[in-house]
Amino acid sequence: MKPAPFEYVVPKNLNDCLNFLYQHPENSKILAGGQSLIPTMNFRMAQPEYLIDINSLNELSYIRTDKTGGLQIGALSRHYQVESDTIIAQKAPLLHEVMPWIGHVQIRSRGTIGGSIVHSDPAAELPAVIVALNAKLKAKSKKKERWIPAEQFFTGLFATALEHNEMLVEIAIPPMPAHSGCSFQEYSRRKGDFALVGVACMIALDKNKLCEQVRLVYLGVGEGPVMASQSCQSLIGKQLTSDLLQQAAKIASQNDLTPPNDLHASCVYRRHLAEVLGHQALVQALEKAEKTF
Amino acid sequence: MSNLFPITVTVNGVVYQKEVEPRLLLSDFLRHTLGLTGTHVGCEHGVCGVCTVLFDGRPVRSCIMFAVQANGHKITTVEGLSKDMEHLHPLQEAFSEKHALQCGFCTPGFLMTLIAFLHENPHPTEEQIREAISGNICRCTGYQNIIEAVKLAAIKMNASRENVANELSFP
Repeated sequence: MKPAPFEYVVPKNLNDCLNFLYQHPENSKILAGGQSLIPTMNFRMAQPEYLIDINSLNELSYIRTDKTGGLQIGALSRHYQVESDTIIAQKAPLLHEVMPWIGHVQIRSRGTIGGSIVHSDPAAELPAVIVALNAKLKAKSKKKERWIPAEQFFTGLFATALEHNEMLVEIAIPPMPAHSGCSFQEYSRRKGDFALVGVACMIALDKNKLCEQVRLVYLGVGEGPVMASQSCQSLIGKQLTSDLLQQAAKIASQNDLTPPNDLHASCVYRRHLAEVLGHQALVQALEKAEKTF
Repeated sequence: MSNLFPITVTVNGVVYQKEVEPRLLLSDFLRHTLGLTGTHVGCEHGVCGVCTVLFDGRPVRSCIMFAVQANGHKITTVEGLSKDMEHLHPLQEAFSEKHALQCGFCTPGFLMTLIAFLHENPHPTEEQIREAISGNICRCTGYQNIIEAVKLAAIKMNASRENVANELSFP
């Protein structure tokens, strides 16, 4: 239960960090909040040769708006900072709403938004939320910088589209559509523990209150965040009646998801949760969207 | 072997200068290097909450931080709660009066979590209290008496606001 020895590296700035990562891409790990990495090191499931501690890189810790009214969040912003930020509460209410679900208060003191995203735990809340919000992720290496849509970022169990010499530096969230509403629902054994199933939802209505856009993204049911595409498709362009939402939740749980069977919950139980939580999320998101008229 | 790193850490108001191996956990640094054994160690993977300390005034799990990361920072452990060995902090008094501990193993973690919580929420509801302690596990007392103790502590601390937490660093 103690980590194996490693070389501790403290870069002076981001360039310094990217240089080091470029030289040692295979055997380095970046230490941000460490709330998943250090437990993994304690178990010796991770034994990096070099641990690059980026906690002093203040240039990666910011929350600001861009010209279009979207949000730019530095990867090193800590969960408690995101949770209490008034701009986020106003511009990305879904992100604000999900924060209390992430770990416990002690975890949120240290954990970072970027760290949680790159860790890509299948039961983590933030990956599903940033996919629901259509976020883009800025990856940087010594040689290049690129933007990756959140939907393409999560490539499998604890795997992302990042290359070994790249690091996530910023999360960009576009402005919410005019008549939109969001909701987050989750069930876990104990509040703050890993979710059995969770779901993030965003609904946008057009001027005639017909469904213009809907994103229903699950967590805890696959190798990463899972977009319930067929369910969403069944709602586009329609008047969102109570029956239709009920049916959409059923489509999500039956057609879009293949939840795992494990010691925490059976596949059947997870499907049941997915339908109930998906329905609640759709209903709440719609209510909020309707209030914008 | 890794190199040793010099660090300067303020713990309970005392400045310590030590050399540490980077892989030394903050919890082990507090217990073994400084001899402050009030901070307990349970699961060592950030689940049980017993190793909670204040790091620059915020509750963190010291078993999933490295001591080297505390360089230049302020830490408060359970030993820093009361002014001297003669007096308990009102939160500790409330735990004692409401029988919020039996074996006491988890208590330091609860106290450090709750001191930060009560500072931010001087008049908590029961629901807020339950949420606040959700990251700490108790395996013998049960949570009911802990919740009662928190309610009493809030009253005590509000009554003696000027005596409380003056020496703790809050953000």
